[in-house]
Amino acid sequence: MFDRRDLLKGAGLAAMTATLNSTRALALDTVTLPFANGERPLVKYPQKRPMIGLTSRPPQLETPFAVFNDGPITPNNAFFVRYHLADLPYNLDPDTFTLEVKGKVDKPLKLSLKDIRKMKAAEIVAVNQCSGNSRGFLEPRVAGGQLANGAMGNARWRGVPLKTVLEMAGVQAGAKQVVFGGMDGPVSDKTPDFAKALDLAHAADGEVMLAYGMNGDDLPFLNGFPLRLVVPGYYGTYWVKHLNEITVVDTVYDGFWMKSAYRIPDTPNNSIEPGTAPKATIPINRFTIRSFITNVTDGAKLKAGRTMLRGIAFDGGKGIKDVQVSADGGKTWTSATLGKDLGNYSFREWKLPVKLASGQVELRVRATSNSGETQPETPRWNPAGYLRNVVETVRVSVA
Amino acid sequence: MQRTVLIAITLVAAAAVGSVLAAPVNYNTPDEVAAFKPGPNLEVVQGNCAACHSSDYIATQPPMKDKKGFWQAEVTKMIKVYGAPIDDADVGKIVDYLAATY
Repeated sequence: MFDRRDLLKGAGLAAMTATLNSTRALALDTVTLPFANGERPLVKYPQKRPMIGLTSRPPQLETPFAVFNDGPITPNNAFFVRYHLADLPYNLDPDTFTLEVKGKVDKPLKLSLKDIRKMKAAEIVAVNQCSGNSRGFLEPRVAGGQLANGAMGNARWRGVPLKTVLEMAGVQAGAKQVVFGGMDGPVSDKTPDFAKALDLAHAADGEVMLAYGMNGDDLPFLNGFPLRLVVPGYYGTYWVKHLNEITVVDTVYDGFWMKSAYRIPDTPNNSIEPGTAPKATIPINRFTIRSFITNVTDGAKLKAGRTMLRGIAFDGGKGIKDVQVSADGGKTWTSATLGKDLGNYSFREWKLPVKLASGQVELRVRATSNSGETQPETPRWNPAGYLRNVVETVRVSVA
Repeated sequence: MQRTVLIAITLVAAAAVGSVLAAPVNYNTPDEVAAFKPGPNLEVVQGNCAACHSSDYIATQPPMKDKKGFWQAEVTKMIKVYGAPIDDADVGKIVDYLAATY
């Protein structure tokens, strides 16, 4: 599961911990995310480069934002990690791993990893983004994982279309949803185990994937080794890790993680007046459209004159049509040049040369999708802090 | 690179990071370094909260105006939603600790 570079780095770290106090060796440094109470340790986990540590049990790691300027694909060792429940399958055995397909099917299946790897493989480049990505920027603030913009990543996933496996099992008439369970679970049996559901038509659309590969390697353990669900365009909550249980049901699944958690207001834009409670909610689903400047950080000092701005944009699967950039606080906008198209679910790189006038300058970026969806000027708000996609502003001093 | 060389490197490194090729995975997380801040009823908090999650879950929450109301709601959520087996007598102590300390 380790790539060679990781192995060597890992060996180096192990050698380091042998001579240093392990606590110190692992708390490499700290970073301060740009919101109140944003100080975080940089932590080193096996198979990962130093990451922003949100919580240690269960592990939650945020990607340092500078990584997104390195290219449209997020390296496996920099990909964010999010768990809910602390009983992780740290000792799982890939040789005895079994994916069970059951419920309203004609032929229940038990598939080994070898069985799955023997099937015809598919690949898709797709962004995974935590529902709570950027929650720390919400005003008023809300409870939950206080993330900056690094709980997202883009990878080339390799695996088997879920459709193929459902066809092998033979979904019965009357089936409504497909429920997904992973090997990670709660510490207490009173805590609802993590499970997510998709409508049958979505599950069988040919794009939803059982993935074992990520950017040419096995999935890192903390990203769901040996098998995870990939739901292109949908928030990460559906991308069940360590996936070992698929159940076809003839009801709308009403487990806690669908019925009570991960809900958004059933209103236009899924937004409500900040600080209020929604009257009705629906399960979170597709990403809102977002774009970022990746090569200039907030507070940077730049020279007056020509400079190249670069960044990324993505949406819930229609694809990016246009990225516009403003170098004057939103008064005037210019379309950027888009980078290589890796598919509608991928990060799309963009770049634009701009001329900067001296003084305090606000750089802004705003994407539009092929369906016409664009980003709002003022942030939308919901009580769980999901769906953030306000037009991003980077403030710089130009001299 | 020759396959045998690769395997040799892998085995050495595997021993160093404590896992890998030999099944099962045996993934090792770093030691948990976050600790609850000192405060009133610290033992009650450690006894009730730390079984399911590390203290950084608490320490990273945003500064709220109504600290008591915020933490009361969080503790209630842990009990009602996540099934935390917290004695009624401990609820107030935990809320007071959280509101005073974080």
